[in-house]
Amino acid sequence: MNLNLYEELCKDYRFREGLHTCINCGTCTAICPAAEFYRYDPRKILDTVQRKDNDAIEALLKSDTIWYCGECMSCLTRCPRKNGAGLVIMALRSLSARLGYFVNSEKGRQLYPLTKALTGNILNYGYCVYPRTFDWEKHKESGPVYKWHLEHLEDDMERLGANFEGEGPGVLRRIPQKDLDEIRAIFDVTGGTERIETVNRCSAEKAAEMGMTMDEYEAYTFSHNSGCHTND
Amino acid sequence: MIYEGKQKIWADYQKEIPEDHWYFVRSCIRQNFFPASEKYFTEITKNVLGKDIYESPHHTTCGGIAYHCDTIPQETVMTIVARQFALMTEAGYENYAASCITSFGNYIETLETWHEFPELEAKIREMLWKACRREFQKPKYVAHSSDLIYKFRNEIASRARFRLVNKETGEPLRVVEHIGCHYNKMFPSKGVGGAEYPYVLCGMIESWGGQIIDYPERRHCCGYGFRQYHVQANRGYSFSNTHKKFESMEPYKPDMIITNCPGCPYFLDRWQYVTAETEGKTYGDKPGFGIPVFTYEEVAGLVLGYNPWDLGLQMHQIAVEPLLDKIGIPYDPASKYLGVNKKDLGKPVLPGCITCF
Repeated sequence: MNLNLYEELCKDYRFREGLHTCINCGTCTAICPAAEFYRYDPRKILDTVQRKDNDAIEALLKSDTIWYCGECMSCLTRCPRKNGAGLVIMALRSLSARLGYFVNSEKGRQLYPLTKALTGNILNYGYCVYPRTFDWEKHKESGPVYKWHLEHLEDDMERLGANFEGEGPGVLRRIPQKDLDEIRAIFDVTGGTERIETVNRCSAEKAAEMGMTMDEYEAYTFSHNSGCHTND
Repeated sequence: MIYEGKQKIWADYQKEIPEDHWYFVRSCIRQNFFPASEKYFTEITKNVLGKDIYESPHHTTCGGIAYHCDTIPQETVMTIVARQFALMTEAGYENYAASCITSFGNYIETLETWHEFPELEAKIREMLWKACRREFQKPKYVAHSSDLIYKFRNEIASRARFRLVNKETGEPLRVVEHIGCHYNKMFPSKGVGGAEYPYVLCGMIESWGGQIIDYPERRHCCGYGFRQYHVQANRGYSFSNTHKKFESMEPYKPDMIITNCPGCPYFLDRWQYVTAETEGKTYGDKPGFGIPVFTYEEVAGLVLGYNPWDLGLQMHQIAVEPLLDKIGIPYDPASKYLGVNKKDLGKPVLPGCITCF
């Protein structure tokens, strides 16, 4: 690998904005909800990328560590020098996805079910989350009330004043095909489609290596937790 | 806390919110989980307050959740945002109101990044033209929809049928307010009250008669965490953060929680249910019930006297009836789960771990 990873990261606006005056004080770690839950220290991540060590950055891009952040951006508020570890994380994740490094970690491999669900909803329906694809069995925390709601979706949406799958404006209206075509064109022009294809290709290779079908791989990456990620 | 002192500081963090003529864009999460809240945002702003609120049927998701789950590049989300701005421009509006906090943060991040890096804005304009043959003006003002309810809170109070007051004791209800992280943590100057003294919900609570509760983890994230919820294996993160907040607020005995973010009311409601299911523990002053969690439109709708079931409060897993009883808001228990024209839709299974109706 001859690619200079630090230079690649510097092409990302979020990386430049998030890192440029960092003094490694650790305030981001002190405020970070993820650092409290996971074995995660954003200060160390910033320290690693600041060293510009290609091998260390590659190891980071292939690790679970960069996937622990919840992107709440509490670090931006508290940084005394207006940096943001969360922005650096977003740039690292983006590069890990682009280079296919994400398949090397348990948390990174979750990019496959996430990409399939979210970009599928956007391209097919125009929404990030859509009730037709919301599987209650995978979201039992939504409670029996939401199970009931999904079982009576059309009737309950009408009761609640939605324009569910209807024409014109309103809650959960059907987004016209012409508008969905424009969103697909945006994906094609801006690299969104290429990102999906990269995630799918690398995930398929990893699934084959793990001896799984894509359905098995999706279910496994969505639900498997090796239990080695959190603080004691 | 010297409360009066904080009020004085809050006053320095006000922002000028335009009076009227808004281009309105919806929230993916709210349309799924709180559909009636968006309906009542337009009902209250248009029909009660007489404001011009326009929605284009052609607008889509802003892509914010997919962006923060790291599934789409920055250029993709920014071009989706640019298309939303193009629809606003074509409709003849300059004030932009987003129903979603993730979207609000996304729009502000896009505009601020373009301000810092004009070459990126030029690139996105080219991409939008290539993909959609559309052009746009940037909004003169971007608000979150809670900003509008905040701005008109006193008008709502002047028309109120009910106040956030315990009808038995005459005491103000004790209210926890929870602000969505992307409302003010990324760009504090864009939110009412900034990140230190966010006032957007406090203003509503005070105006409508309630008492604000300050507690140690008041500004802690609800725990959505995007991929930390959307992937089943990660949900311990989401649950743990909500759990931390409830443990922190418990000694202050809140009567209710009000939120301005799409995901927060869902997590603060549902993770209470999970806490009851897994630990047998409930929060709030009435053992076995939990603390009801509301969107700001739901609370505005309640004080204005709308039917709680029209407001969609039957979509909550934590029972709202004890709070309605405290205020003295009438409701018909028999019609809670009925459809249009009293159509029988059955009822949800009532969980054994927590009292629901």
